[in-house]
Amino acid sequence: MRKILLGAAAALLASTGMSMANDSVMSGTKNPNGWVIQTGDYANTRHSTLSQINRDNVGDLQVAWSFSTGVLRGHEGSPLVVGDTMYVHTPFPNIVYALDLNNYGAIKWKYEPKQDPDVIPVMCCDTVNRGLAFANGMVFLHQADTTVVALDAKSGQVRWSVVNGDPSKGETNTATVLPVKDKVIVGISGGEFGVQSHVTAYNIETGERVWRAYSMGPDDQILMDPKKTTHLGKPVGKDSGLNTWEGDQWKIGGGATWGWYSYDPDADLFYYGTGNPSTWNPAQRPGDNRWSMTIMARDPDDGMAKWVYQMTPHDEWDYDGINEMILTDQEIDGKMRKLLTHFDRNGFGYTLDRITGELLVAEKYDPAVNWATHVEMDKSSDQYGRPQVVSKYSTEQNGEDVNTTGVCPAALGTKDQQPAAYSPRTELFYVPTNHVCMDYEPFRVSYTAGQPYVGATLSMYPAPNSHGGMGNFIAWDGKKGEIVWSIPEQFSVWSGALSTDGDVVFYGTLEGFLKAVDAKTGEELYKFKTPSGIIGNVMTYAHDGKQYVAVLSGVGGWAGIGLAAGLTNPNDGLGAVGGYAALSNYTALGGQLTVFKLPD
Amino acid sequence: MSFSFFRFGVAAAFLLATLGAAHADNITVAYEDGGKYFTEDDIPTFQIDEDGTVDWPTYSGFRRYHSECHVCHGPEGEGSSYAPALKKSAIEMDYYAFVDVVVNGRKKVDASHNSVMPAFGDNPNVMCYLNDIYVYLKARGMDAVARGRPRKKEPKSDQIREEENACLGF
Ligand code: HEC
Repeated sequence: MRKILLGAAAALLASTGMSMANDSVMSGTKNPNGWVIQTGDYANTRHSTLSQINRDNVGDLQVAWSFSTGVLRGHEGSPLVVGDTMYVHTPFPNIVYALDLNNYGAIKWKYEPKQDPDVIPVMCCDTVNRGLAFANGMVFLHQADTTVVALDAKSGQVRWSVVNGDPSKGETNTATVLPVKDKVIVGISGGEFGVQSHVTAYNIETGERVWRAYSMGPDDQILMDPKKTTHLGKPVGKDSGLNTWEGDQWKIGGGATWGWYSYDPDADLFYYGTGNPSTWNPAQRPGDNRWSMTIMARDPDDGMAKWVYQMTPHDEWDYDGINEMILTDQEIDGKMRKLLTHFDRNGFGYTLDRITGELLVAEKYDPAVNWATHVEMDKSSDQYGRPQVVSKYSTEQNGEDVNTTGVCPAALGTKDQQPAAYSPRTELFYVPTNHVCMDYEPFRVSYTAGQPYVGATLSMYPAPNSHGGMGNFIAWDGKKGEIVWSIPEQFSVWSGALSTDGDVVFYGTLEGFLKAVDAKTGEELYKFKTPSGIIGNVMTYAHDGKQYVAVLSGVGGWAGIGLAAGLTNPNDGLGAVGGYAALSNYTALGGQLTVFKLPD
Repeated sequence: MSFSFFRFGVAAAFLLATLGAAHADNITVAYEDGGKYFTEDDIPTFQIDEDGTVDWPTYSGFRRYHSECHVCHGPEGEGSSYAPALKKSAIEMDYYAFVDVVVNGRKKVDASHNSVMPAFGDNPNVMCYLNDIYVYLKARGMDAVARGRPRKKEPKSDQIREEENACLGF
């Protein structure tokens, strides 16, 4: 079975004279034995059709083998599997290991870039990296210092490399890349450093730059056609990335692009979200600040935007819009629709028509969300598509130097980058979430290139009047916009989910547990405590006819920083201090891969 | 860039350093100067009343710490998986050593560490408030202020306001 699949993939590759990443990625993602891009497939479903490990036997899982990465910092992303080889990446210094699956993960080759350590502190909140991508016989790494490297998958030799940004200006990278057609598409971090952020396409064979699309700026920089690019069905108009900013503020406008990218080969559009406008002090940047906080649908050939949707105009809470866009085909009112579902940091789960950008559903996926009452769905309203902000929680309306209290969610969002999964069998999304609220006080800051440009003081605490924990793992119906079941967790769930045809859903916890739950009911079926907290994403593959599940542990990232000492609610008074769990009581640093299997 | 913290901040610190002879008591207030408090050795320190009212710089330090340092050092100086607990450092480290690390940064990069404290020397949002951050952390280290936002504070003095504006170049 496996041999046949691999053979077919090879034939497909050979027959296309031009090297199209699509063919490689699509044949790779159709073959359930491998895991060739971080998101599992172009649609970002993180769903595998493997079913050897299933609801009935997952309770018997055991550790097959494990591997220490030799790096201490937060380990996000997941390994890849291509044929007999597993590719494992690390946080800074961004080592890549090729491991031999025929020999308990013996090291076939190792690549370790030389990077200036000065890049480390420019990466806001830990030195994570969300992993590699495989296409056309190459493994792509986007380093912390923004160097994009194409490695020969067999030898680890560098085929090409190109520098995408300037860390001395605050430009760094934590994200994976999207190989599509004859290009590799990459994003950038730096929202907290006032970077005018962008998405860039490089030629997949040579590394030559093809186009770059900024998140804000003049039309020829944001690659939008004033007449043809639409926002909620209407043309965006001329200078949309300029006239929603005061003066030159757009030049340090943020809108970072460090999240996940999906691609619809039929529509030939790729999708991603942009981050917060900088600074965090909204009074310093009047206007809607387009196109920060925006879902983008662009053409991979020339980067032109087909449609956009700004979720949080004029952000006042750091609700970065970078989370994954999951593409599904589902029936609504008797009609098959091509959908895009997105769980935003701002606490709303959005479902859109991914071809037209029409907004279909926008509902809270955590009942604690309070900063807006709802998103206006009436197309005739001048507020159409806009969140209806509650004055009490508006850090803009309360003003500079005023502490706005009790805002839910906190800046880290109801969900951060940790990606959700979607099972076509249950038509449910499985979403790792945060259940944390905050106080937020903005104040005036001045901009210095390469220095943080934040301008707000935050304190965070578990959502009040709830279960006391800081996270939930939920199942979500994207058509109705409803939570189907919800598992309370002591800490934020900062690990990407995996669903399978075995009707099992996997995720990791910050204490370090790998958990398996029933896809229909959420019932816990298995858990195992790995050596360190899990902020990596669970993946699965098959080798020699046997299914494996693998995850990176290694606590860190924003979760490791924010939760290490535990949270306190400043509004609870002194009695409550220390009343919440400190993550440092459960886990310590250390990168390790753990691979699971059923008993032989 | 027209902020002038070097004039009243760092330069003053190094000048003071040359006065030498670290006094044993790095905490107790010896005198007040326009809403700011100092030890006998002219080291900035905190002042907290019995009813919990904190001096303005300690309050300001709470705000600036959570804007500039929190993302690496964790909430309220408690430390994180990434960087040390500064509430301890502020007690254990000499003031000048503390200032030196913030101005110039520090690196520990070898086979088992990738630890880098950035240099904030040319960042006015840090440098204009460094003494505030320092006294806030010292107050945290002595458990003189609890975690969370200080509830009561002294008003911002005219002198502090003038110095702040001069430093930021407003
Ligand atoms: C980008 C992350 C980052 C930021 C932001 C940051 N620090 Fe640090 N800091 C570090 C790291 C990492 C270390 C440990 C360096 C080492 O291992 O030598 C450190 C060390 C220090 C030390 C030395 C502590 C000791 O006990 O030796 C001081 C003092 C310090 N930081 C102050 C600050 C202050 C004040 C701020 C805010 C203005 C700040 N830091 C912001 C990462 C950061």
